[in-house]
Amino acid sequence: MPKDTGIGAATTRREDVRFLTGRGQYTDDIQTQGECAAVFARSTVANGKIKSIDTSAAAAMPGVLAIFTGEDFAEVGGNPAGWLINSRDGTPMHEPKRPVLAHGKVRHVGDAYAAVIAETVQQARDAVEAIEADIEELPAIVNMKDALAADHYVHDEIGTNQCFDWGWIEDNRAATDEAIKNAHHVTTLELVNNRLVPNAMEPRCSIGHYNPGTDEYILHTTSQNPHLTRLLISAFVMGIPENKLTVIAPDVGGGFGSKIYHYGEEALVLAAAKKLGRTVKWTADRTEAFLTDAHGRDHVTKIELALDEEGNFLAFRTETMANVGAYLSNFSTATPTFLHGTLMAGNYTVPLVYVNVKAVFTNTAPVDAYRGAGRPEATYSLERVIDKAAREIGMDPIELRRKNFVKPDQYPFASAAGLEYDSGNYDALMDQMEKVADKAGFEARRKESKAKGLLRGFGVNAYIEACGIAPSNLVGVLGSRVGLYDAATVRVNATGNLSVMVGAHSHGQGHETVFPQVVGEMLGIDPQSIDIVHGDTSKIPFGMGTYGSRSLAVCGSAVVRATEKIINKAKKIAAHMLEASDADIELKDGVFSVAGTDKSVSFGEVALKAYIPHNFPLEDIEPGLEETAFYDPANFTYPSGAYCCEVEVDPETGKVRVDRMTAVDDFGNVINPMVVTGQVHGGLGQGIGQALVENTTYDEDGQLLSASYMDYTMPRADDLPFYIVDHSKGNPCTHNPLGVKGCGEAGAIGSPPTVVNAVIDALQSGGKNVTHIDMPMTSHRVWSAMNNA
Amino acid sequence: MTKVTMTVNGKSVSGDVEGRTLLSSFLREDLRLTGTHIGCDTSQCGACVVHVNGEAVKSCAMFALEADGADVTTIEGQANADGSLNTIQQAFQDHHGLQCGFCTPGMVMSAAALLKDNPKPSEAEIREYLEGNICRCTGYHNIVKAIMAASGQDVSAIAAE
Ligand code: FES
Ligand code: FES
Repeated sequence: MPKDTGIGAATTRREDVRFLTGRGQYTDDIQTQGECAAVFARSTVANGKIKSIDTSAAAAMPGVLAIFTGEDFAEVGGNPAGWLINSRDGTPMHEPKRPVLAHGKVRHVGDAYAAVIAETVQQARDAVEAIEADIEELPAIVNMKDALAADHYVHDEIGTNQCFDWGWIEDNRAATDEAIKNAHHVTTLELVNNRLVPNAMEPRCSIGHYNPGTDEYILHTTSQNPHLTRLLISAFVMGIPENKLTVIAPDVGGGFGSKIYHYGEEALVLAAAKKLGRTVKWTADRTEAFLTDAHGRDHVTKIELALDEEGNFLAFRTETMANVGAYLSNFSTATPTFLHGTLMAGNYTVPLVYVNVKAVFTNTAPVDAYRGAGRPEATYSLERVIDKAAREIGMDPIELRRKNFVKPDQYPFASAAGLEYDSGNYDALMDQMEKVADKAGFEARRKESKAKGLLRGFGVNAYIEACGIAPSNLVGVLGSRVGLYDAATVRVNATGNLSVMVGAHSHGQGHETVFPQVVGEMLGIDPQSIDIVHGDTSKIPFGMGTYGSRSLAVCGSAVVRATEKIINKAKKIAAHMLEASDADIELKDGVFSVAGTDKSVSFGEVALKAYIPHNFPLEDIEPGLEETAFYDPANFTYPSGAYCCEVEVDPETGKVRVDRMTAVDDFGNVINPMVVTGQVHGGLGQGIGQALVENTTYDEDGQLLSASYMDYTMPRADDLPFYIVDHSKGNPCTHNPLGVKGCGEAGAIGSPPTVVNAVIDALQSGGKNVTHIDMPMTSHRVWSAMNNA
Repeated sequence: MTKVTMTVNGKSVSGDVEGRTLLSSFLREDLRLTGTHIGCDTSQCGACVVHVNGEAVKSCAMFALEADGADVTTIEGQANADGSLNTIQQAFQDHHGLQCGFCTPGMVMSAAALLKDNPKPSEAEIREYLEGNICRCTGYHNIVKAIMAASGQDVSAIAAE
């Protein structure tokens, strides 16, 4: 029987009401008396030497208040990478400075080299046009292979375009090589994980405010993690003490990774606010978003799978070039390494894994984590090469996977790529997938398609990912410069309602509804009396924010710990009120009672007592009822899944249509199944988008050809089917208090290889010997592959 | 500057605008009706959809002056008179047809226009009609489902939770 409140209930979202009535408050909706506008001058060339910038004509234009160039920030710090990666030879990665505004050189189209502050946006725009910048265009470095061979550099001072050359697990390298050399069969696949633009529908926006009376700054910004932004601005970029800087991320219109990072525009509006004593606002237009938001993926990979005669996996060897763009964005070095290489054992008992990743600077926008961040790249490589191997050795692709799955009695399982999986049951997921996807009915559907002249394909995939990022000790050893715990404060107000301050930020995930379900369940009170406070560093203890499907697993665990502390203290107060011992107090349905008696007090009475502490054991406990907890996870969590896709391919045109898409996921325990299903839907939409339509294209001069919705194809409603989503086969995470694993990225991780595998199956069923097509599988690519086969 | 007068959500409003002022800017900046969103600069995303004289239009693609004398409705004017959600809004909440909420006003306004012309649209008709509305969060499943539900169709057979 589904529950109607608390943990497990498909509670509809309370935040929806403001969004549905136009009362959400996104950053650009904030309008302040006397605010002025910032507009950036951005490079139109991919690589150029800044010879001079003459701002005198612009400065004289109407309404112009100030103009900034890179010179103004020469003395402040750079925006750092959050993760230090060492190369195989032990040398640290190259980490060139990423300045607030380009200084000396511009390094990608869209790189900002000046900013105009004016009374209105239009005046600032007009003045930007009047800036005379003498920028000598240099040859652009775009293609990764060329970049590694080039004798000119994105960053001259480091003398190479290679950021690092990383090996994982380096000690396994020789053994992996050996296993591949001696194997009965080796399947090799070269593939491209296409570059994507995250495209949150709300463009980035930042508003800087400075109070000269108190020397305090306020930054309103479109961020997934306001505390991290504050930390970066304070400790690295501008040196504003954290106690003088408040960062507020109000309603945020989607992130998908792109709003994790600190961007130079945030520092600029703060500096300008101080200089002018005015509130300064900048809102990106969509073109700027395409040019400057951190992009995703962009790996070029060769993967090999060694098998024995029975089809047992012996080794995976991967060589990847990962584009990091022109500057290192905050998570850019972790994404292709520890979020990718460590997943390269997949769901399998393979004994050997070796991954080599060369990160490459190019004259393109920075590349960083985008929904899935490294795990989609890992899953795509693995699940494509496994599919290809199955065809080569003549085994059913599901059977080949099952043969190599980690089995339920093997947990905790130490994977060959260095992780310890805590729980799972991949066969059970595959069983469930075959059932809900109606695999048995496929042949009949294939016949129907054939009758229409269409080729139907069935593609499968099994994935595992690592979420709940991450144990601070572990990531510290691996090079992270931050800890990855989270924090929560539970404040019981005197009248018995609650404010829960959380470090996670909600920008579509439904925290305002879901976190109260947890607290309400624990306290036995109505979740409607509990409100979540998020997104404001002045109100929240601390937090590392929302990404890596971590909000519930990490911040939710902090909420649980803080609520446990509340219960402990409340029991003490209740014991005093009931003249009993703490140990005899029980909490049920919001009532504290003495075990075995009818003596009780309600949660509300205890709350009131805490704040009106007459006749209160002040010698034992303090008044008030508010507790904070920081939670540092013991391990990653490991969601896994079995996906399948059925496509129809039109052999005349190469057009692919996704007819059925099934996602069966193990997310552990589920707090709100409606929200979880929605998260999977969104991921599937993005994953199918990557597989079929989305692509980011730079020409050889480094011009971004896909810089608007006219040229970058976003998946639309009529590109996508209704999905079949199932998370009934969850195995609870063994090491966090809620037993949850994280569901935000799964759909985007699991779906791309599923779609590609389905298209290959369709083409092969039509007698075409096509073994691989790079994403996006546009009609043109599919048609060409068929006609060249 | 030229004076414009129009009816917005049933109230007569006026303001002074430049020739190049977009209807979306007039609504957001002058009238402070910030429920109408701006998601692109090429009239492709649909976050800015409002109704002008009963027709769905992208308010980023129309000058405020062109709406002089018109009857304009925005997301802020959609709820029932008592403030409760209207049928379409309620269906979006019931069926989780929104996540970050940024595309939502445009989706609701487009859905309202669709249902006015086609009270019982099929799944395919809805998907086709939403060609001009981009959502990055939901994968569209629950949006399509919500619109079908709002039109009184039984959606219980559509895979969901
Ligand atoms: S803002 Fe009007 S269509 Fe995008
Ligand atoms: S709900 Fe976020 S873009 Fe649609």
